[in-house]
Amino acid sequence: MAWLNAFLSSTIGQKVVVALTGLFLCTFLVVHMVGNLQLIWGTADKFNLYTYAMTHNKVIKVVSYLTYASIVLHAVMAIWVNRRNAGARPVGYAKKGTNSTWSSRNMVFLGVVILVYIVVHLYNFWFQLKFGEVGTVVIEGKHVKDLYPVVINAFQIPWLVALYVVSMAALSFHLIHGFQSGFQTVGVSHHKYTPFIKQLGIWVFGVLIPLGFAAVPIAVMILKDPIPIP
Amino acid sequence: MDNPYRMKLNLKVWRQHGPQDKGGFQTYALDDVSPDSSFLEMLDLLNEQLVSKREEPVAFDHDCREGICGMCSLYINGHPHGPEQTTTCQLHMRSFSDGETITIEPWRAKAFPIIKDLTVDRSAFERIIQAGGYISVNTGQAVDGNAIPVPKDDAEDAFNAATCIGCGACVAACKNASAMLFVGAKVSHLGLLPQGRPEAAKRAQAMVRQMDAEGFGSCTNTGACSAECPKEIPQSVIGMLNREYLLSTTLSEEG
Repeated sequence: MAWLNAFLSSTIGQKVVVALTGLFLCTFLVVHMVGNLQLIWGTADKFNLYTYAMTHNKVIKVVSYLTYASIVLHAVMAIWVNRRNAGARPVGYAKKGTNSTWSSRNMVFLGVVILVYIVVHLYNFWFQLKFGEVGTVVIEGKHVKDLYPVVINAFQIPWLVALYVVSMAALSFHLIHGFQSGFQTVGVSHHKYTPFIKQLGIWVFGVLIPLGFAAVPIAVMILKDPIPIP
Repeated sequence: MDNPYRMKLNLKVWRQHGPQDKGGFQTYALDDVSPDSSFLEMLDLLNEQLVSKREEPVAFDHDCREGICGMCSLYINGHPHGPEQTTTCQLHMRSFSDGETITIEPWRAKAFPIIKDLTVDRSAFERIIQAGGYISVNTGQAVDGNAIPVPKDDAEDAFNAATCIGCGACVAACKNASAMLFVGAKVSHLGLLPQGRPEAAKRAQAMVRQMDAEGFGSCTNTGACSAECPKEIPQSVIGMLNREYLLSTTLSEEG
């Protein structure tokens, strides 16, 4: 396996790891987005059943571990690459011009913002569901944890909503560069489809998905009243 | 009386006696500069004045002065080769304004150590070429140029990549001091042609290995290199390099 070791210690190999985990996380975002729509258009029961399914389905469980692993690998490898790159120019320029997009130059900063957000977000809901005091309701004969009021009540806090919205802005800029960059890094580049990948990255992953995620806390804050927990 | 067709300039130039010297900026005032002179001719003028004052002239790289050799470098006002997308020898003083302060720095990269003032050692590029930037050809009678058919699109892409003059502006422009545009240009130029295919997998592996050993950074696809490349080498050569490296790692005996 010397070849694999050589590959993973090469500058290209390390970027391929960042790219593949990043693109996998993009597919996770799409699935997560679909679930979130339950909060806006669905009912409390539908949302709780969705939560139940997401925590009890075997396939989802495997995918969720893959997702956690991807987040860790993506972050660790990206920071490693970033440190290595910083070492490639020990003395910087006195006068530095710019000729690239802001997001492409600030991927690590944007990534750290998203990582902090993920920790807060997991504490808000995943941690509460697993270890917090969440009531139980019976839906369709199943004992289901009642996460719905936890979500609705969390999004009555303006600073938390603001944090979610700012984080989604960071996600937007991260994906505007990251999505198309990931394809380039794994060598998927051709004038037949690269323009499409770029547009898809900007409009669907950079604009539509972050907007959709940001819309949930905002809509909940404006439209839903807090639910008293007995 | 001031001549309206002549420029006055303030030059902020990086001076460094040798590789071990700490170095620092020196400011020089220069007047009577023709807007039609090239940037290098302007530096010649500065050096003539320095020599006449018995001061050490500024060391800078230059050779053909017609935009084809890739020897001239200089990071001018925050951009490799200055504000125009060309080589420094083809940059003219009309691109600057009268009375402007121009900051002139050497290429900055761990793999391009400073020799003196504005000259850097770019032999890291030579070693990358020696690692795999060639095709093996038997000696003897020259092969008929048209014996192997080459699709026109491939020939054109290969030629575009081959216009790379190895100046190092891509490294200088990249925030990671990455040489991926240079290596990508060489791998594309040779790999797109049938004569280059037999050694393509070996080439991609060897050139990337040498590029990493020299201490260049990795490509984060900012596109700054192509934006500064005097030969306008596109980002697609980096896509091809990534593809060649990935495929040679997974599908060939190399790596």
